[in-house]
Amino acid sequence: MKTPLLQFTEKGIYCAAADVYLDPWRPVDKALITHGHSDHSRWGHKQYITQNDNVPIIKHRLGDIQVSGVRFRESILINGVKFSFHPAGHIVGSSQIRVEHKGEIWVFTGDYKTENDGISTPYETVKCHTFITECTFGLPAFKWTTQAEVMNNINTWWAENKALGQTSVLFGYSLGKAQRLLKHLDTSIGKIYTHGAIEKMTEIVRQIVDLPPTELITRDTKKEDIKGNIVLAPPSTHGSTWLRKMSPFVTGSASGWMAFRGARRRRAIDKGFVLSDHCDWPALLESIEATGAEKVICTHGYTDIFSKYLRTLGYDARTEATQYEGETLDPTPTLPEGENNNSKEKSLEV
Amino acid sequence: MSEETRTQQEKSPPLGDIGGMKRFAALIKTLDSTNKTNAKVAALAHYFKEAPDRDKVWTIAILSHRRPPRPVNTTFLREWASELANIPLWLFEESYHIVGDLAETITLVIPNATEPSEKTLTQYLEEMIWLKKRSDEEKKEYLIENWKILSYYERFVFTKLITGGFRIGVSQKLMTRALSKATGIEEDVLAYKLMGNWDPATVSFHDLVIEKDESQKHSRPYPFYLAYAVEGEPSELGDVSNYLAEHKWDGIRSQTIIRNDDIFIWSRGEELVTDKYPELHILKDHIPNGTVIDGELLPFPNGQIGSFNELQTRIGRKTVSKKMLETTPVIVKAYDILEWEGKDVREYAFAKRRALLQSLYRNMSYNNLPFYISATMEFNNWNDMATERGRSREMRSEGLMIKHKESSYGVGRKKGDWWKWKVDPLTIDAVLTYAMRGHGRRSNLFTDYTFGLWNDDRTELITFAKAYSGLTDKEFKQVDAWIKKNTLERFGPVRSVTPHHVFEIAFEGIALSKRHKSGIATRFPRILRWRQDKKMEEANSLSDLKAMIPK
Repeated sequence: MKTPLLQFTEKGIYCAAADVYLDPWRPVDKALITHGHSDHSRWGHKQYITQNDNVPIIKHRLGDIQVSGVRFRESILINGVKFSFHPAGHIVGSSQIRVEHKGEIWVFTGDYKTENDGISTPYETVKCHTFITECTFGLPAFKWTTQAEVMNNINTWWAENKALGQTSVLFGYSLGKAQRLLKHLDTSIGKIYTHGAIEKMTEIVRQIVDLPPTELITRDTKKEDIKGNIVLAPPSTHGSTWLRKMSPFVTGSASGWMAFRGARRRRAIDKGFVLSDHCDWPALLESIEATGAEKVICTHGYTDIFSKYLRTLGYDARTEATQYEGETLDPTPTLPEGENNNSKEKSLEV
Repeated sequence: MSEETRTQQEKSPPLGDIGGMKRFAALIKTLDSTNKTNAKVAALAHYFKEAPDRDKVWTIAILSHRRPPRPVNTTFLREWASELANIPLWLFEESYHIVGDLAETITLVIPNATEPSEKTLTQYLEEMIWLKKRSDEEKKEYLIENWKILSYYERFVFTKLITGGFRIGVSQKLMTRALSKATGIEEDVLAYKLMGNWDPATVSFHDLVIEKDESQKHSRPYPFYLAYAVEGEPSELGDVSNYLAEHKWDGIRSQTIIRNDDIFIWSRGEELVTDKYPELHILKDHIPNGTVIDGELLPFPNGQIGSFNELQTRIGRKTVSKKMLETTPVIVKAYDILEWEGKDVREYAFAKRRALLQSLYRNMSYNNLPFYISATMEFNNWNDMATERGRSREMRSEGLMIKHKESSYGVGRKKGDWWKWKVDPLTIDAVLTYAMRGHGRRSNLFTDYTFGLWNDDRTELITFAKAYSGLTDKEFKQVDAWIKKNTLERFGPVRSVTPHHVFEIAFEGIALSKRHKSGIATRFPRILRWRQDKKMEEANSLSDLKAMIPK
């Protein structure tokens, strides 16, 4: 049997013909990187190759690394294998990676969404034979409303809170979600304050897209200045003393998981906005169909359920274990020492 | 704004005038959008001021667990919803296990509608009562028609009403507080008015809430007085001679009311359970009118106090069979008297109330009645009391109650003069064998565990109990992550996991049982702690558990 073009190994997704890895989770010599989230761009590789927009992002996150940037759709040849990066629409600088060798084409999505969020280069369908897809929200229970509608709800919420003399604290990932929210907040309502982690990342992203002005919250920021405005904060600040300065405040969270009432209640968040940087159920099915792929490999999310359903639709679909996490509901806590791990299902389920 | 959108906006009714179901769904959405009690009370109070009276009555009914019975069984609901969503049933079931709430799953998988409904909440509930007697085809047609047209929150509320169990994080107490805010009627008065039996389909808001109608009053119970647990040593309570002790019986706390030649039995959950205990109805012929007794309902097979497990088989049954009345008759074990000769005596000293109770008991015309008194005991010192507490399991009690002789019968739980001194729970070390995702706020997280104990030759783990509580949120997250990586097999929502982790399980009581695989039923099992220091080989065996059964 011939070696598949891409293999799932202990270190990551491996292309033997070119001797390179895609989004590896253990240190390797040469890594092609889809986007800047920490489960896809890890520390310790000798050489990084990624799309130009993502270069400053991973440099900021990983520090002194050797990285080269390529343009979208630009082909690079490594040992006769043709690689190219195509917009994934997930976050700023996110790509799918197309791999072509001897007439066979594979596409690895990393993470992606098909809705144009007005900040990431919009997703493009890439025709292929084998499509390696995420399915973080691969259940029919996930169906998003449009970004315009969600942002309208967020801005209305902010205005209502302001009218009641309350500060709005909105939680979102420092890279991606925070800038997406920022881009579409209605600055006529008030000022936008940020947490340090978000402010730093936003400075980097400003090199790539235009974003409204923000104000970093420092020790000198006055409580009465913040009042009624909106604060963008990473989810980890929820329940921390850092929030004290914002009171009286109400909390909101923008995540695909907010589709579940239980998820929101567990986190004791006031208001949940269903806004995700991943595909919902219909978008996953539509984008898979559009690629024309016969083989589909599911990497993370509800992989078993989703690939089973794909098989009923006639695809040759299977699950491969990876260490990608997608959009996590809870930060995965570390386990006490001495854990056995002898399960067939080693992939991280979120 | 284009001409077209402007016309559309003018067509929709102004916000202050929205229809019933839309308003109710908006209320639920608002309650869902805040985590703060005051904001919830304010939203409910606003609703109680603005909504039509009939809808208000139904809202009170829904939030005090008086819904109409479920009109459609859930198997059909699942089938029809997956049909409408155009997905296979197995995929619907998988989604349900992850979402953790049936109504929410149905609401999520069905395609979104844009048209808000014009029907009122009352109309919907009347339709649900009507629907119960229809054919399956008519039910299907009705559901699909409504699912198609209702917007997200309306669809959620509509489906939630059909599936039953409308638990949305609003307690009856919170609802009463809001109603009090909206009407200006005191909370205690309202709580009293809303007790007992009333039918939301027929009672008017005025009669239920506003009218000072006392005709139903004779069935109403008093609020229960509850005790605090003794922390530390009971000797800290002071002079032992100030107290009376009695056993804390393990049954159902109840009030028995004899008024107007009628008998009413209430459980502590404010549920009228008179019909479930026909053998107690005879008491109305032997206890004078104007008497209210606080006591424990206990199973009494063969003239002896049975285990709670035996009573459990009677709870939840609508009709009590003749056989069950013979094998598991129930008695009242009286603790206290709250009303005597039509007079509220809750302010009397406990010792004086007990004297009244004794004289009532002595004067009861013949003694073969299902009515006993819980004996009070006086002790010379705390050590003697501790010795008596040590006999609790043998006596089939949960421990001791310690009540100050001068104490009046208060309202709710107050620290001061009533104390419970329960026996320490029984504990055993067991191995985690299966896990299931939780519901509600624990949805999508593996928090419902099954535990096993070793068989005699220690080759196999035998399931003995399930437990859902006792770990911290952080521990639950850790175990959840571990389970996801150590799944052996999946059986629908249940996963078997690699036997590895040992947990100390606490439980209150233990009895032989035919219904359990292990042959043993434990009462209120919960996780005491995660024994990360223990290997699974060190867990206990089923024979260790059997040895704990009182002889």
